[in-house]
Amino acid sequence: MREITYLEAIREALRQEMKLDEKVFILGEDVGAFGGCFGVTAGLLEEFGEERVRDTPISESAIMGAALGSALMGLRPVPELMFIDFTPVCMDYLTNQAPKVRYMCGGQVEKLPLVVRTTSGGWIRAAGQHSQSLEGWFTQVPGLKVVMPGTPYDAKGLLTAAMRDNNPILFIEHKVLYGMEGPVPEEEYLVPLGKAEVKKEGSDITLISYSLMLQKTLAAAEELAGAGINAEVVDLRTLSPLDHDTLAQSVQKTHKAVVIQEAYESAGVASLVIKSLMESSFDYLDAPIKTVAAPDTVIPFSPPLEDAMLPDEAKIVQAAKEIAQ
Amino acid sequence: MELPKEKLLDMYEKMVKIRIFEESLSDAVTGGTLPGFVHLGVGQEAPMVGLVSALRPSDWISGTHREHGLMIARDADMRRMRAEIFGKVTGYCKGKGGSMHLAVYEKNAPGCNGILGPNQTINNGIALALKRKGAGDIAVVLFGDGASHRGEFHEALNLASIWKLPSLAICVNNEYGISGCVDDVCSVEDISARAAGYGIPGLSVDGNDLMAVYEAVTETAKHIRAGKGPALIEIKATRWKGHFEGDPQNYRTPEEMAAMKKKDGILRFEKELLDQGIATEADLEDTRNRAQKALQEAIEFEEKSDYPPLEEIYTDLYYEEGRAV
Repeated sequence: MREITYLEAIREALRQEMKLDEKVFILGEDVGAFGGCFGVTAGLLEEFGEERVRDTPISESAIMGAALGSALMGLRPVPELMFIDFTPVCMDYLTNQAPKVRYMCGGQVEKLPLVVRTTSGGWIRAAGQHSQSLEGWFTQVPGLKVVMPGTPYDAKGLLTAAMRDNNPILFIEHKVLYGMEGPVPEEEYLVPLGKAEVKKEGSDITLISYSLMLQKTLAAAEELAGAGINAEVVDLRTLSPLDHDTLAQSVQKTHKAVVIQEAYESAGVASLVIKSLMESSFDYLDAPIKTVAAPDTVIPFSPPLEDAMLPDEAKIVQAAKEIAQ
Repeated sequence: MELPKEKLLDMYEKMVKIRIFEESLSDAVTGGTLPGFVHLGVGQEAPMVGLVSALRPSDWISGTHREHGLMIARDADMRRMRAEIFGKVTGYCKGKGGSMHLAVYEKNAPGCNGILGPNQTINNGIALALKRKGAGDIAVVLFGDGASHRGEFHEALNLASIWKLPSLAICVNNEYGISGCVDDVCSVEDISARAAGYGIPGLSVDGNDLMAVYEAVTETAKHIRAGKGPALIEIKATRWKGHFEGDPQNYRTPEEMAAMKKKDGILRFEKELLDQGIATEADLEDTRNRAQKALQEAIEFEEKSDYPPLEEIYTDLYYEEGRAV
């Protein structure tokens, strides 16, 4: 199969949906001629014109409001928020507004097709306000789905599924993954929302992660294989709603689990996963569930500090070894 | 007055309906039968009826948390409004929104917003969709003097201006943000002066003068329908009641309250109708009786209605496979 990057896979999903449905349009800061801060929307303005690839002022609330209002009217907006660190300036739309519209009007509005694309994660040497992994916040919002692809294939399939889903969705891309190459079909396809995937089968321990951490976890699993530990790797892919069944099935087979997230360790996705496993699989566990996460501190600028703070392959291997043997 | 007698009497009837609907809710609060809290628009009948009467049914209009009057002016069913305000399943939102989030989509009225500000940016999205449709319809949004201090006021008007959206921003200046008097918290004498910052027309109008409101909105809407971009109208319309029903209003003087009631827009319009020989006292009496009958029907409808079944806690949250669940 053809190989393209994670970034190209996302752009291809956008382009294909825009071709199929003229109601789909993009809006955000620098998404037009500049091609987006990371280059994801490059070429789309030339292909689809200014009405459908709309540059906006630096006004995240205006971006989100315009997107939500147009979704109410049957358009299919795909707003871009440059960094997930910027979501707090328009948090109202992601918490009080879009996710509550259908419920609070008693279903008078049936469809609310709104896919908010943003980026998360560290290692770009941008310090504490451009490097965070804030996805956990959004799993606290009923009515909002949260999606975080960890491969080029999933990026295209999940984004296509998101754009056809008719619900408000936060689609979080990882900056470091943009350059990663992988097999991606040329035609449109869907990766179902709300379904985790076993990315590597194993029998000794389950390693649960998503987004960039999936890649670091797969590398750690290889290293663990060298040490005689056969790890299973589960990729959550969708964080809300969480796929409880796949988690339970894997852990009931391996009896041990490590949950890996790039986010701060308090109250994140790992906590949700552990709660799910405690409820579904407590009697199957042979060891306490471990977590690998960033400590609860600000992400520092200085590269050696950032590298030491964020979770990596070595920390995953160490955590797995502590309970696997 | 150039409008036909029938239309003028309809406007009078709506004003009376708003007055007695709101007074009946005040009684219900005093009697302890109304759950939660309500923000009543007594004294603001003329601005609501004046502005809504100047719009097409195909225009869109959203309000704030003090918008029962807006919905009555928009011909919403008072029975379903009353049921919603009392949390009954026969309400417009199945009792899930209540007074503060009353939405009537069949009247292109996506309703009130519990948060001040976002309806202004959301209105841009509605306007964008109407512009694409090209039928000359406009998107109108109401907000108070208090919400004109939110950042979203700035973001929304700036974006509407650069995108030349068919949107009309109407600031209903009732002089108070809860207890904060506009004289103390507002940088300008007339909030309409802020339009200059966005290169759009701005005007202020006396909310007690029904026909002045009607004419201002009619003329401004004409400008917007012609594709000339957005505009800002400030309607000066003091509220007679507190911020919420039960507010002791210790921030206002008895003299101020007495002076305010002398300017009653309903009495003023009654006098105009009589003085100009458009209607007789008997016409007005008939109209008031019709309004009273409609209120009685609304009260009976609400009293006979059930609360929503417990399953409604979970419905209407997500759209799934062709139906909202």
